[in-house]
Amino acid sequence: MDLAHSPADEAFRAEARAWLRARVPSEPLPSLETAEGFAAHRAWEAELAAAGWSVVNWPTRYGGRDCGLMRWLVFEEEYYAAGAPGRVNQNGVSLLAPTLLDHGTEEQRARVLPSMATGEVVWAQAWSEPEAGSDLAALRARAVRVAGGWRLSGEKTWSSRAAFADRAFGLFRTDPDTPKPHQGLTYVMFDLRAPGVTVRPIGRLDGKPAFAELFLDEVFVPDEDVIGEPGQGWRIAMSTAANERGLTLRSPGRFLSSADRLHALWADRGSPEAAAARVADALIGARAYQLFTYAAASRFLAGERLGPESSLNKVFWSEYDIALHETALDLLGAQGAEGEAADTDWSEGYVFSLAGPIYAGTNEIQRDIVAERLLGLPRGRRR
Amino acid sequence: MRFLLDAEQREFARSLDAMLSAADTPAVIRDWSRGERAGGLALWSRIAEAGVFALAVPEAYEGLGPRPVDLAVAFVELGRHAVPGPLVETVAAAALLRDPGPAKRFLPALAAGESMATLAPEGSYAVDGDAAALRLTLAADGLRLAPGHGPVRPSLDPARRLTRLLPGGELLVPDPSADRALRWARLATAAQALGVGLALLERTVAYVGQRVQFGVPVGSFQAVKHRLADAKIALEFARPLVLGAAVTMSPADVAAAKVSACEAAYTTARTALQLHGAIGYTAEYDLSLWLTKARALRTAWGTPDDCRAEVLRGRA
Repeated sequence: MDLAHSPADEAFRAEARAWLRARVPSEPLPSLETAEGFAAHRAWEAELAAAGWSVVNWPTRYGGRDCGLMRWLVFEEEYYAAGAPGRVNQNGVSLLAPTLLDHGTEEQRARVLPSMATGEVVWAQAWSEPEAGSDLAALRARAVRVAGGWRLSGEKTWSSRAAFADRAFGLFRTDPDTPKPHQGLTYVMFDLRAPGVTVRPIGRLDGKPAFAELFLDEVFVPDEDVIGEPGQGWRIAMSTAANERGLTLRSPGRFLSSADRLHALWADRGSPEAAAARVADALIGARAYQLFTYAAASRFLAGERLGPESSLNKVFWSEYDIALHETALDLLGAQGAEGEAADTDWSEGYVFSLAGPIYAGTNEIQRDIVAERLLGLPRGRRR
Repeated sequence: MRFLLDAEQREFARSLDAMLSAADTPAVIRDWSRGERAGGLALWSRIAEAGVFALAVPEAYEGLGPRPVDLAVAFVELGRHAVPGPLVETVAAAALLRDPGPAKRFLPALAAGESMATLAPEGSYAVDGDAAALRLTLAADGLRLAPGHGPVRPSLDPARRLTRLLPGGELLVPDPSADRALRWARLATAAQALGVGLALLERTVAYVGQRVQFGVPVGSFQAVKHRLADAKIALEFARPLVLGAAVTMSPADVAAAKVSACEAAYTTARTALQLHGAIGYTAEYDLSLWLTKARALRTAWGTPDDCRAEVLRGRA
């Protein structure tokens, strides 16, 4: 039982810290949910990648440092402590890349990963459909076999980042006659600018086009853009979803940094007693999340597979994130209408946090998973 | 960095669990609540034989410690079985009695389980003052050996017998390290509360799996599942705080562990009571032994507000 990082990991931390201190933009970049912000974030990814910091835990041949899970956690702590920008390619890096590393071909990895690492190609996820959200297996968009590939038709929605992204990945029904809805699905990558694709940006609560609807009309996808065997998409996607909720979607570094910023805001506002407990809880929650992650990473590195416990994680961070931002807005608002101002980091973060309990599998579904798979309670009538 | 219990620590927890499971602790707790101590004292000896109190006592005084991580592991199990007696207070006393004179005089007996200690600031209630051989008062001029105790008052948790310690007595340590004792007490309380919460969750999961209403187990209802899932989440995020605090022993980490484990246990207690329904509200059903302890531990050795203030001081 040890919480000290090795001297080599601490040297890695020092190297990351020095680079970030020198290079993190002194002014926050514009919101990445705007065209201007998207371009600025893409340029930042290129700068990170040029110095080898954009995907530190990836294999070196794809642009990473092959540095391992613990150093990834260390890097993330330093990254967010330095006040560095949010990551525009997070969908690609945390969802598609692990899938390709586990299930893709070497040709696919060599083609897709390096341009993802530099931000040259930004990826959107295309899971949800109008009738398939939490019940993802109900999806209807289809892929039909043609010479040399497939043709995609149908509709995807709530596609994060799709308003400005280049490419997308998602599941399509390739066999409509299977006995169970999660069979006969295929995992496909496609170009958002291909003929037949219409992207309709959707404004989220604050009006910014953080996601989009995708209308697909006979969109051709070559065989080399299918991941794994056709018909095996569900199994492949579920291994991705476990990753998403597990260790790599939300790093502790982000919450440690947010809690520190909240504490600084509170102190700056005269440390009002009325908010003390909420600020303390934000500090405690960030520490809990850090230590929970260290414990999970230690188990993973000791050879354990991480299973449904990632659902604990998802409910925790998504609700934590909202509570933290609500506290910040209340502190800002205590001296007038400042808590309403829409163009601050805190309000942007607040709007983003509100989506947490909804995406990546709603928290209700996660609680069902905790109850049924971790506590062993009987299944109910859902499914 | 390897934030993981080793095989020996996991085996230690398993063996304590097995020993306590075989000991019929509910009967021991009920006797203890009535002031009948034979069963509790026998159990105390076996806990000491397993080395639990020795973990808080330095090797120089016939202990095995200080080993806060192992102590936390042990206290989770003591909480899971709702073991009665001044467990935390005995650990805190061991942390206080570090001057060679008092250490040599008292620590070997604490490590061996031959005596129990209780401890309170002057004028406050001390837990189990009637059972403890070593009654310590934190007075204005230092740590004193209280000459006796007043009448027993029932606690909200009947297994915690509250007594005021009589003033005066021998001055043992003029300048005791109360901060260190507080950290050890809070760590042990946090671990114990985590164990209490885990037991409440486990019992409630078992109950809702067999209690049938509307023709199905109530545990198949989403409203029930989600409350239990929330309890599980709270407990599983308190656990690493408790173990992490045992590693660092920093006042802020220990306070964070205390507030978080006690809140998780208390939330779980409320859920356990609600999901058991009326049977859970009775003293004759064993659940009450954990329900009342979760409430008592929440304010023992620092209220949630005290602990949150310590967390904020850690950032100042």
